[in-house]
Amino acid sequence: MPLEIAQRVDAKGLSCPMPIVKTAQAVKGLASGQLLEVLATDAGSTKDFAAWCKTTGNELVESSVEGGVYRFVLRRK
Amino acid sequence: MDEPINLVLFSGTDDKLQAAAVMTAGAAALGRRVNIFLQYWALDAFRKDRITAGRGLSAEAGQAGAALVAAAAKAGQAPWHETLRQAKELGEVDIQACSLSMDVLKIEEDDLDPLVDGVEGVTAFYLNAGDGHIVFI
Repeated sequence: MPLEIAQRVDAKGLSCPMPIVKTAQAVKGLASGQLLEVLATDAGSTKDFAAWCKTTGNELVESSVEGGVYRFVLRRK
Repeated sequence: MDEPINLVLFSGTDDKLQAAAVMTAGAAALGRRVNIFLQYWALDAFRKDRITAGRGLSAEAGQAGAALVAAAAKAGQAPWHETLRQAKELGEVDIQACSLSMDVLKIEEDDLDPLVDGVEGVTAFYLNAGDGHIVFI
């Protein structure tokens, strides 16, 4: 079943900490339960996103990489 | 994880200011309060008449380092003051000028960019730092 993404953040080409900063900014505007998709190319992304979600309590629903582009889907708590 | 992150910024080179800005933005994104204390050359960098000027790099960068940093900037990395502005919008970031450094460098509060929230002494800084870590850059 495809996920219903409420908002997408394109952080491709941005280096640390901007992917996380943009994500945190976007999450502020979401209602609880809504999904956010983030695309990034920063190599540290995977660990950063897992750590950010763990710390802030937002659920990391999907984490994948394809062709150098990382894709994260998280659910606003 | 509830204690603030406290950064004392002493160096005013672009590389160290960028490192400080990245650490600030990262903390702000995690919902942690950041208290910044500006001393000496970092304080000078926040003068409104020169905040966007290049400040050069630490001696250890050398020519090779300078080329790499220039390439990163060209690739679109935001300058340190822009990263700090975004961090402030995102979370709780308080930037204070060290009153002693203001005296030594003969800087008035009006000379400082609006990014700076006020002037305080080391005692107030320690009080606000609470049990949080203090990092000197």
